[in-house]
Amino acid sequence: MALHPDWEVVIGLEIHTQLSTETKIFCGCLSKAPAGMTVAELGPNANTCPVCTAQPGALPVLNRKVVEYAMRAGYALNCEIRRHNVFSRKNYFYPDLPKGYQISQFDLPICEKGFIDIEFKKDGKESAKRIGVTRIHMEEDAGKNLHMDEFSLVNLNRACIPLIEIVSEPDMRSSEEAGAYMRTVYGIVTALGICDGNMQEGNFRCDANVSVMKKGSTKFGTRAEIKNVNSFRFVEKAIEYEIDRQIALIESGGKIVQETRLWDSAKNQTFSMRSKEEAHDYRYFPEPDLIPVNIDEAWAARVKASLPELPTQKKARYVSEFGLSNYDAGVLTSSPALTVFFEETLRLLGSDAKRLAKTVSNNLAGEISRLMNEDQIELSASRLLPEHVADAVRLVASSGISSTGAKTALGVAWKSGGKISAIVENEGLAQVSDTGALEKAVDEIIAANPGQTAEYRAGKEKLLGFFVGQTMKATGGKANPAMLQEIVKKKLSG
Amino acid sequence: MLNEKYFTISEIHDAYDRKEFTPTELTLDTLKAVKASQHNAYLSTLEDRAMAAAKSAEKIIAEHGKVPREKFPLLGIPLAIKDNLVIDGVRTTCASKMLENYVSPYTGTAVERLEKAGAVFIGKANMDEFAMGGSNENSAFGLVDHPTHPGYVPGGSSGGSATAVRARLCVAALGSDTGGSVRQPASYCGVVGLKPSYGLVSRYGLVAFASSLDQIGPLTNSVADAAILLGAMGGHDPKDSTSSPYALPDFTAELRKPMDWKGLRVGIPKEYFVDGFDPAVLSEVRAAIAWVEKQGAKLVDISLPNTPYAVSVYYIVAVSEASSNLARFDGVRFGVRPPDAMQVEDIADFFKRVRSNFGPEVKRRIILGTFALSSGYYDAYYRKACQVRRMIKDDFDRVFRECDVILGPVSPSTAFKHGEKNADPLKMYLNDILTIPCNLAGLPGMSVPCGTDNLGLPIGLQVIAPMFRDDLVLKVGHAFEKGYPTADRDQVKGKEV
Repeated sequence: MALHPDWEVVIGLEIHTQLSTETKIFCGCLSKAPAGMTVAELGPNANTCPVCTAQPGALPVLNRKVVEYAMRAGYALNCEIRRHNVFSRKNYFYPDLPKGYQISQFDLPICEKGFIDIEFKKDGKESAKRIGVTRIHMEEDAGKNLHMDEFSLVNLNRACIPLIEIVSEPDMRSSEEAGAYMRTVYGIVTALGICDGNMQEGNFRCDANVSVMKKGSTKFGTRAEIKNVNSFRFVEKAIEYEIDRQIALIESGGKIVQETRLWDSAKNQTFSMRSKEEAHDYRYFPEPDLIPVNIDEAWAARVKASLPELPTQKKARYVSEFGLSNYDAGVLTSSPALTVFFEETLRLLGSDAKRLAKTVSNNLAGEISRLMNEDQIELSASRLLPEHVADAVRLVASSGISSTGAKTALGVAWKSGGKISAIVENEGLAQVSDTGALEKAVDEIIAANPGQTAEYRAGKEKLLGFFVGQTMKATGGKANPAMLQEIVKKKLSG
Repeated sequence: MLNEKYFTISEIHDAYDRKEFTPTELTLDTLKAVKASQHNAYLSTLEDRAMAAAKSAEKIIAEHGKVPREKFPLLGIPLAIKDNLVIDGVRTTCASKMLENYVSPYTGTAVERLEKAGAVFIGKANMDEFAMGGSNENSAFGLVDHPTHPGYVPGGSSGGSATAVRARLCVAALGSDTGGSVRQPASYCGVVGLKPSYGLVSRYGLVAFASSLDQIGPLTNSVADAAILLGAMGGHDPKDSTSSPYALPDFTAELRKPMDWKGLRVGIPKEYFVDGFDPAVLSEVRAAIAWVEKQGAKLVDISLPNTPYAVSVYYIVAVSEASSNLARFDGVRFGVRPPDAMQVEDIADFFKRVRSNFGPEVKRRIILGTFALSSGYYDAYYRKACQVRRMIKDDFDRVFRECDVILGPVSPSTAFKHGEKNADPLKMYLNDILTIPCNLAGLPGMSVPCGTDNLGLPIGLQVIAPMFRDDLVLKVGHAFEKGYPTADRDQVKGKEV
């Protein structure tokens, strides 16, 4: 993106989050593939019934879990929860919409007036900001169109899958802020366990509203909406492209038209899908097939009390309780899988947990994150278990292995599993802590380096490192460093 | 023909008990009568399904030695099902070209419950397309002729159901009532027609016209039969969120208790007796009310001041919901595609061609409803109509503090001739003025025959009660039917339950 010092950018996001309830929002069909199967393995239209295929005469019945999940999101995003909820019909024609309308919420959404705090980089510096959450509403997903050369096919497996749409205030001023907001919301909904977070499948996707105005102006420019972006990186890139496009257009004397655009990730650009003139009049009206949902005090309290610790709270606690760095705590709380792994490792460490948490964190945020990136796989797809990390960290603490040895051992466990003790033995990673053996090794180094020995004894104490290093090298890096230091000191001065 | 021998369910069950004839024989005779009939009351017949049900009824009677009425209140009883109620594997057309070839993959709740109660489905009854109309002239598959007066309409939209009952082409029928579509044809054909309280009968499996108004209701030869059907198909259904959670009373047991006319306060709304209504209707209904008073009931003059707005409110709310409910007939999943569908310019062109398959009345209502919900018009039409709907309901709540039931006419006129009103939709709409208020307020209402005009065309008395007092509607209707002398109704008069 080019720099635009004279311009201000205004961004608002609408995030569609697919809820991971067992069944669909208005019928008894499964809302995900059954255990052991992928969604793709379900045949087209295999996961449907009279309700989600909109058979004439079929009626929707609300899945209570959806309301509960929406409430969880609302509480986590600091929203007010509406006690009297009404669903509305959003009417439009499209082949993937079997009823000819989508059941959604319109003027009375379940959650309103929330906010979240985000952290992001601004001019290379850590910054923080509060982003308003306008509303969250519940709705059903549509089916999927598959376009062939001569015709199109419709798959309704996805029809009636529950979604919540999280709408932000137009509070973001850069693509970094938008990316940070989307990542933070992602962290929250996955930590809440209400969304499986699978972005490739489109289970967490967003529409970005972008406009630009001259710096100092208070009147927002005309906005373009970029639809259905399902990756953090693409959102940032699409917004950057859009900012450049809009500013270039205005500066060359053109005018922004209100329109819906799509992101083409192959060409790295947005393109127009439809203009406002072609926009639908959705003719919303209250859904007469569903009765209003009333949320009583007891239900609301129960849901509120059941909220888990959220990523930002966890992050703060990791810093204060375990003394982790802000960065490491951020990495550990960036995905529920990593968080669960970390906490399970601490649980296995029992009373040592607090003392060893930092070492655990170093390994997870360091070597193990590196392995994840290198292999491009999730933690759960590796052979590594919390037991491995707990055992390795304990061995380091008891001087059984060095921290380099621990890295090597965890790398082996990552690929092929097994017990840490066995790996240490097989790979010969055990640290030498035998005083006799270490003394013998030091003696040999001193004997082989008479010149340096004399210099040290004459006062050049800097040479201590040279002797420690040489001995370490001679032992293949396995010498217990603390003991080695002691012995070298003793021998040289003796 | 056996189908001409007995009228009511209990008479037929008694005949089964006496081994006078079997369900198979009655079913065969009924099917034969349907074939011979010229009324066009049925759009399709279900011979195989009917014969299988009759055979199984016969087996049950043989096992028990007689009809086990408690468990199978409709055992071996031939029924007509309006063609907007779905049955698994059966064509459901809603009398529309749009659904000419639609076969439903599931069975609706009310129909399923009746089948479990032992009913024999003879076929799917003709109707106005998507239940839109009051004369059955809007069927894409031809109009229905009046059961006793050829050349006259049977009313609508459940015109096929009413005709089938009166012409002895079934013992009872299911219809649906959105603005009077059960009560008005019942009144025109001289049979009993009940619109239950909204939520009493599950709408699951009823192809929606206007979801907040639609109710499935029985059309029968007697009030006792209506009670049996309502008892068998009503009650909570988890598949319909708007279905009432309350347990059903035993309607038939209620009818067996003696009627206490002296304790009954009967409201007579002045807005239901106005100039311009057919004088024969007014005088026959007044005579019926006078008889009720003679039995000891206390008449109370009441006013439902918002009645004049009911038609306007209805034709906004109902068409708005319809415009959305009928959106699914777009040619993608449902609806007949034109032969040149593959030559369309784009998807909008495709929709346009498919949706021209609707009949003129359906098109008119979809366009009206789309307009009423459009941005810029919503507040003036849809929202305003919902507010007035509330006022109409409040009218009823208020008068039901002074009276227990309301009596009045069902329709301002008797049946009219084919073609007489369909050139003027507004005139046709105004004909619903006395039935619409019940739907808008969710109340139970029933048409019970109370006389005829000078041509012999039937006239119905409407009984309306507070929400979920369907038992009271049935009780008053039953006592009236039993005691009131009408020339037209010798067969039912004086019959015990």
